[in-house]
Amino acid sequence: MSSKKRVAATVNGEGVEFLCEPRQSLLEVLREKLSMTGTKEGCNDGNCGACSVIVDGTLVNSCCMLGVEIDGCDVQTVEGLAKKGRLHPLQKTFLEETGMQCGFCTPGFLMSSKALLDAHPKPSEHQIRHWLSGNLCRCTGYDKIVRAVQKAVRLLEAEK
Amino acid sequence: MHDFQYVTPDTLKEAMKLLASHGHGAQLLAGGTDLIVKMRVRRSRPELVVDAKHIPELNVLKHNAEGLTIGAAVSCRRIYLDERIAAQYPALVDCTTLVGGIQIQGRATIGGNLCNAAPSADTIPALIALGAVAHLRGPKGKRKLAVEEFCLGPGKTALRKGEMLVHLKIPKPARNAGAFFLRFIPRNEMDIAVVNAAAAVELDARGKKFVSARIAIGAAAPTPLYVEEAGALLAGEPVSENLIAEAARIAALAVRPITDMRGTIEQRRDLAGVLTARALRGAIRRAKEGKK
Repeated sequence: MSSKKRVAATVNGEGVEFLCEPRQSLLEVLREKLSMTGTKEGCNDGNCGACSVIVDGTLVNSCCMLGVEIDGCDVQTVEGLAKKGRLHPLQKTFLEETGMQCGFCTPGFLMSSKALLDAHPKPSEHQIRHWLSGNLCRCTGYDKIVRAVQKAVRLLEAEK
Repeated sequence: MHDFQYVTPDTLKEAMKLLASHGHGAQLLAGGTDLIVKMRVRRSRPELVVDAKHIPELNVLKHNAEGLTIGAAVSCRRIYLDERIAAQYPALVDCTTLVGGIQIQGRATIGGNLCNAAPSADTIPALIALGAVAHLRGPKGKRKLAVEEFCLGPGKTALRKGEMLVHLKIPKPARNAGAFFLRFIPRNEMDIAVVNAAAAVELDARGKKFVSARIAIGAAAPTPLYVEEAGALLAGEPVSENLIAEAARIAALAVRPITDMRGTIEQRRDLAGVLTARALRGAIRRAKEGKK
């Protein structure tokens, strides 16, 4: 067996260090090494977006990255959205607009929406739909999710 | 996933040495959006994975007097966010914004898309139309290959044992040049091309005549196809709908498609013609607008 690698990274603002095998995906590392099970495994081949996280400011599918690749990187997952027990505006509006039913795709949608708002604080509906095109949801029909993101944009604007 | 060793060389020299000593047992990792998925389903089982993202030469994105250099490990997202690429090579924006969703674009690279050699690869037709040249480095030294000669079949490339793609060079477009890429899929986003096509044209100073044209079609042959004769037909001729239709007819005859879950031979042949005409019109419009 190939030797385990030591990886040091920042996850949701906190320094973490772990040993992992090169063959473990970032998704596996998050869920199984770091016990952060908010990030979900859907298709495990880069189609569904349920495992979306943000690495060094770039939205990625954590199933399509190796855990060893985050050495020295800054990773944001759904666990980092709420601050001091207060939901992130996106989490709040996803609840208010019922931007989910079964909830399995929600962490991925939240991270894609977060990356969108980081890059474009006032996105058009087209931009929202384009940025969420890498996330699949079998329950909502997407419209409720789009409305939730639009509402979060207004909330964030009002908070300023 | 199978067990493998993972290394992160900081220099091209070190990476070359690793590839040479492991031969076909080593695999270069760029964005990983193809390789990691293939390893998971055991279609690829390298004993050594060499991460390309720490090698400076493979991360270059540089404009100079001759044109554009894109390192093999540069992500699609880095390409389409580059303002000079958007202004001078919009066909590259057309194709890199269509590869997967935002998540995939953040990781996937043009170099990886080329080395993966899928017949339906979305970035290869634009590279061919733009006259991109692949710069390779191997145990026997450097060599260059026009992108249209790089893919040999589905998943097969001209790369030799221990050889790697370092970067792609795209010549600076002429003053009255324009290029355009598009694909046909049954949905709006996130799908594999039924057929895709790219065209690059150079017009005369008045925008009335073709000086030259290059046309490439994807997903309609075992490799992305450079349809040289369709472009040659246009060179020196006045820009007209009749001539565009003739180039489209030639492109439709040149393709060698298959029938599969995404489309039939007949549909793909028809699409090759339709998309060639649309790509040409898009390229002509950009040439006239002074947008490349």
